[in-house]
Amino acid sequence: MIAYQFNWSVIWRNMDAFLHGLALGLGLAVVSLLLGCVIGLACAFARTSRIKWLDWPVWLYVEFIRNTPLLLLIIFVYFGLPQMGVYGLDKIESFVLTLTLYAGAYMCEVFRTGLASMPNQYREAAKAIGLTPWQRQRYVVLPVMFRITLPAVSNNLISLFKDTSLAAAIAVPELTFTARQVNANTFRVFEVWITASVLYLAASYVIAFGLRQVERRYASVR
Amino acid sequence: MFSFERGTFLGEVWIARFSLMNAMATTVELSFYIIVSGTLLGALLGVVLVYAAWPFRLLVRVYVDVMRGIPVLVLIFFWFFGLAFFKIHVSAFWSGVMAIGAFCAAHMAETVRGAIQSIPQGQTEAAKAIGMTFVPRLWYVILPQAARRVVPPWVNTAVEMVKATTLLSIIGVVELLLATQQAVARNYMIIEFYLAAAFCFFVINFTLSQIGAYLERRFAYMRY
Repeated sequence: MIAYQFNWSVIWRNMDAFLHGLALGLGLAVVSLLLGCVIGLACAFARTSRIKWLDWPVWLYVEFIRNTPLLLLIIFVYFGLPQMGVYGLDKIESFVLTLTLYAGAYMCEVFRTGLASMPNQYREAAKAIGLTPWQRQRYVVLPVMFRITLPAVSNNLISLFKDTSLAAAIAVPELTFTARQVNANTFRVFEVWITASVLYLAASYVIAFGLRQVERRYASVR
Repeated sequence: MFSFERGTFLGEVWIARFSLMNAMATTVELSFYIIVSGTLLGALLGVVLVYAAWPFRLLVRVYVDVMRGIPVLVLIFFWFFGLAFFKIHVSAFWSGVMAIGAFCAAHMAETVRGAIQSIPQGQTEAAKAIGMTFVPRLWYVILPQAARRVVPPWVNTAVEMVKATTLLSIIGVVELLLATQQAVARNYMIIEFYLAAAFCFFVINFTLSQIGAYLERRFAYMRY
């Protein structure tokens, strides 16, 4: 065993890059989650609606995305789209597109179970007081479903945040990519990866803590 | 469409057949080692999380939370560069197995803990009442019931682990994704080759999830 001399000055000198990477990762995760929620909501309604031909394409999309590695999807979208004649997406946009599609599939499952676990009495009560179908969805189904699914949504945000580390594969300068570069430049292996781990951990915990407060505030009504 | 000429998709697959088949075997092998080691270690850690004295519990809790809070990719880099730095020569394959296996163990530990704690207290009390000591109580009463609860999340974790093996392409393990990338670098058939690789992963994982869904239905009668 060699005696390892820790030298943290390398980290302090590159702290800006690390923090930028962290912020970029968080941004990517939040944007993808929000866009993914829109897709997921549409897909969940498509799957629970009585329109049969909407059902299987959505099912195929969800199952395909959920059973394929994210890294493969990232590389496929980044290198494959230009070959299909879609130009003009830079690496960040292409990554956001992939992560959005990925999040959409997961959110679809979350919202679908949310819709399924909603007591039917809510819909009946809404009907009984004479709300139109649109109002029923807008004022009764959606708010209750969001409360039910909130914990699952926040878990998804955290795992999406961790998944942004894969953007390093297409050179998006987020935290993992930065760590890899600093590692290659300085070879301070332990300092670099400890810093990256601690930053990821701290960020995940802050997100988890914040979302738990939100959950407590809007706790599901049972 | 079904031409095996050089420059067609099937022809290029034929040229790369050995590389792709080896890579597929590597992916399956990686997944197998990761899932088996992660499950065994995770089950042990899960039992520790429920029953052990508090210092052990705290230790395992910290391990599990740290592992679950760090992206797998960072763990992989940590093991890969870290071990090399201590002059411990482990191939990329095995350092990958260790990194993802450790990650898998943490997830399994949480699952097992949840399953054990979801078994009603009455079961433990009944076992105690007929004079069973700790180990038989765990082995004959608690774990068989917990195992059924573990199955659906276990399958989910297994699918995630199969997907995570692709990350090892970044440290140079020639598994399906890296072999596909190498083939694509030769013939530039990006869409066809990546779709084919995605289809292979889909087949593996979809089979796993269907087995999981079947077992979930099979044990659905176990409601308290």
